[in-house]
Amino acid sequence: MSTGSQIGRAVDRVDAHAKVTGTARYSAERRPPGTVHAVLVGAQVANGRVTDIDTSEAMAVDGVLAVLTHRELPRIATRPAVVPSLAGTSAHGQSLFPMQDDRVYYAGQPVAMVVADTLERAEHAAELVGVTYAVEAAITTIEQGRDEAFEPERIFGGIVPGRTERGDVAAGLREADVVMERVFHLAANHHNPIETSAATAVWEDSRLTLYDTTQGPTATRLSVAELLGIPPSDIRVVSEFVGGSFGSKAMIWSHPTLAAMAAQYVRAPVTLSLSREQMFTGSGHREEQEHTLTLGAREDGTLTALRHRKLSPTSCFDEWAEPSISPVSQLYACPNFEGVYNVFRANTMTPTFMRAPGEGSGAFVLETALDELAYELGVDPIELRLRNHADTDPETGDPWSSKGLRECYERGAELFGWGLRDPIPRSRRDGNWLVGTGMASAIYPVYTPMSPQRARARVYADGRAVIETGASDFGTGVGTIMAQVAAQALGMETEAVAVHYGDTELPNTVAAVGSAGAGAVSSAVHTAATALRERLVGQAVADPESPLRGADPAGVAVAEGRMFLREAPETGETYSDLLRRHMMFDADALGEWEPPAQDTGYGMATFGAQFAEVGVDPDLGLVRVRRLTGVFAPGRVLNRKTARSQLMGGMLWGMGQALLEATHMEPQQGRWANASLAEYLLPVNADAPDVEAEMIEVEDRVVNPLGVKGIGEVGQVGVAAAIANAVFHATGQRFHDLPITVESVLAKL
Amino acid sequence: MRPRAHQTGTVAPSIPEQARGVRPRDAEIGPEATDIELTVNGTTHRVRVEPRVSLLDALRERLDITGTKKGCNQGACGACTVWVDGRRVVSCLTLAVACEGREITTVEGLADGDRLHPMQRAFVDNDAFQCGYCTPGQLMSAVALMAEGHTCDDAEIAEWMSGNICRCAAYPNIRSAIRQVRDTAEGTRKGGR
Repeated sequence: MSTGSQIGRAVDRVDAHAKVTGTARYSAERRPPGTVHAVLVGAQVANGRVTDIDTSEAMAVDGVLAVLTHRELPRIATRPAVVPSLAGTSAHGQSLFPMQDDRVYYAGQPVAMVVADTLERAEHAAELVGVTYAVEAAITTIEQGRDEAFEPERIFGGIVPGRTERGDVAAGLREADVVMERVFHLAANHHNPIETSAATAVWEDSRLTLYDTTQGPTATRLSVAELLGIPPSDIRVVSEFVGGSFGSKAMIWSHPTLAAMAAQYVRAPVTLSLSREQMFTGSGHREEQEHTLTLGAREDGTLTALRHRKLSPTSCFDEWAEPSISPVSQLYACPNFEGVYNVFRANTMTPTFMRAPGEGSGAFVLETALDELAYELGVDPIELRLRNHADTDPETGDPWSSKGLRECYERGAELFGWGLRDPIPRSRRDGNWLVGTGMASAIYPVYTPMSPQRARARVYADGRAVIETGASDFGTGVGTIMAQVAAQALGMETEAVAVHYGDTELPNTVAAVGSAGAGAVSSAVHTAATALRERLVGQAVADPESPLRGADPAGVAVAEGRMFLREAPETGETYSDLLRRHMMFDADALGEWEPPAQDTGYGMATFGAQFAEVGVDPDLGLVRVRRLTGVFAPGRVLNRKTARSQLMGGMLWGMGQALLEATHMEPQQGRWANASLAEYLLPVNADAPDVEAEMIEVEDRVVNPLGVKGIGEVGQVGVAAAIANAVFHATGQRFHDLPITVESVLAKL
Repeated sequence: MRPRAHQTGTVAPSIPEQARGVRPRDAEIGPEATDIELTVNGTTHRVRVEPRVSLLDALRERLDITGTKKGCNQGACGACTVWVDGRRVVSCLTLAVACEGREITTVEGLADGDRLHPMQRAFVDNDAFQCGYCTPGQLMSAVALMAEGHTCDDAEIAEWMSGNICRCAAYPNIRSAIRQVRDTAEGTRKGGR
């Protein structure tokens, strides 16, 4: 009679069939009748003014309907403000909206938009737009901008202070037996989801429908409404399938608004897709960065002081840096800490969230330095971390809502075979390969939404259910866990629950960012489905015709859609019986979860332990990752199958960060030099080793009703350090710059 | 209507190697749009395209067959992989007009009605995708390399699947899926268990 737990089951993705058969429709594949194509023209220079635009040749191309420049494009109603999409409000990626005047701040900034009846004609005409510039010198790299750096008051869309301090770092360094200072350089990175950003805009009178590639349909709705100066209620945003994001679709960039403006201008539905090259200047990036870490420790390895300075370029109009200092501040017990961001104005667009924004880079810096300290002191790297284990949140002294890091180290070491390791560098060979192993810790904060999260649950008289939220599923599997969480609360099988999501017409949830999507959506769904179950049970016990009449609702359980007395399971009836008897086709309930206050009095983060084995070919300078093991404590796991895939993907992202990924700036022109998938190196199948990703469930009663801490990003954190530490173990050489390239290895071996 | 010479999935021997993919109709196919016939998953469609239109854009923008994905439009990501006369091609670098008279197979052509192709089933079983955008290309490559006999071991699978980028990095699961189909097929051939 009892239904097994739906939560945690390794259920296939609800959208799997659509994705393997090609029936899944992504945003650029929505084609209302009469749709025409818009193509953007990006600035060829990184700094200057547009002095003339000759559109005559482009306009002469057959099928061209319009060429819009700063002369023709309507003015925006409100200057966009950068607010992280987790706030639940408008979430502009940068405060510059293009084509409002003649100023060019970065190469690729849109200076014209061509609209034509076919894609080829629009693309061809875009090449014929003649733009003349008055060019000024551009600053784009740390080398060029170092002397112009300043300490911003706040970064990261205003949510992180420019400086964090506790204790007395100078005193901590005086107390130390060992003081180390290291400088790290990390290349700029781009997200490169395989689906490029796109929007299709359709006006019907004053109502706008946007099919948008977004992590937050509501964020698109509110942002576009602000820019166009129309009520949000006049905009519907649909994002049923999104082909990857990794942060590139977390904030709202100009293209959905430009598509809407173009559609209004030509009075036809308009679809606008960024090209792959435009993805490098159209949806943010992870900025180039330099870190200086100073560390003081006693002979036993306990940390006495950490000082962390980060230098990076931001745009000419926003102060953005990914918060790399937070993980350094929060990972270990260290009484004295100072973290300072420095940024300088550069001719790039505003950088943005990219998977593990700050945690990935900060953990590389700290976890590499700790490995060096372990070797310096002759202490095992895991033991060193245990000696600095933060029993409470080092930033506040608050207890953790849950942790599990010790268990992650223990289980990871066991799975990986860490105990068999000979710590002496260059002690292991396999043929020509120098083999080494390394480890690192992982931390990712638990963010909670700032606004109520809503879902609607409905049971039909045929015994099936539907659960609805506005959230978009860009590969996270959120649609699948919606079904599972609803099934659990309703007492049904997951397979009997359909899901609707990715649409602002559905109950609102916040953009799925900061690994907070599963927590926010599961809480809303749990609340809605529980409310519906309580309503139906309440109706049954109050119904003189029900076998459950007069029963205490608390004594009624539900399994497989049947309500029954816990003490006498033979007494009961199904939801369907109840609904049919009352001539009800369906019953539904809206659930609203009010997130905890931002200061819960607890430190909240997901922890993990990463292990890597590499082979290094000393003649070719090649580093190959032979295996990765990660163990994580993400709170409650909602679907073991999709959760494992998320962690595995994150870990392989960490491998890309360590060994491959770099967007190179050409400093003379101020343009990205490798803006393509052929030249921006991404891991391919042959790069990816088998990955062992395990989860330790820890109970968390603080973060949200189900204790879900999120898994989308923690998998990436620490991997680059584990790999770099393994490269040291293999070769005896330290690498402080990412990616660790063939050239850099050859230079040291 | 010209006769269709290539329905068996092979390239006619009369066409020289360097001209493969080009039909002897160049005089007719000028810079203006022209009507061509494209046979996709066994159905012949008449479509008007300019000669510069790629097979990918003809499928997606003209025929509304959108299972085949555009990831880079430069032949670098593999998301647009389809079969032309049974051979894998990146459809973004293949001209639609060059595919007249050839059999084009896309991801929509893999399943047998409601019955998934074993590779599609294996991708679902092994969670061999997340966002799903590269998946059609992965599937078209995976099925083809099975047929070509490039699935002996994981290293070979990994090498031959490296033309299809998966940014979600489902790579180990993609290998598991291909192994599953290979092992099942071998079991069947050997009259296995």
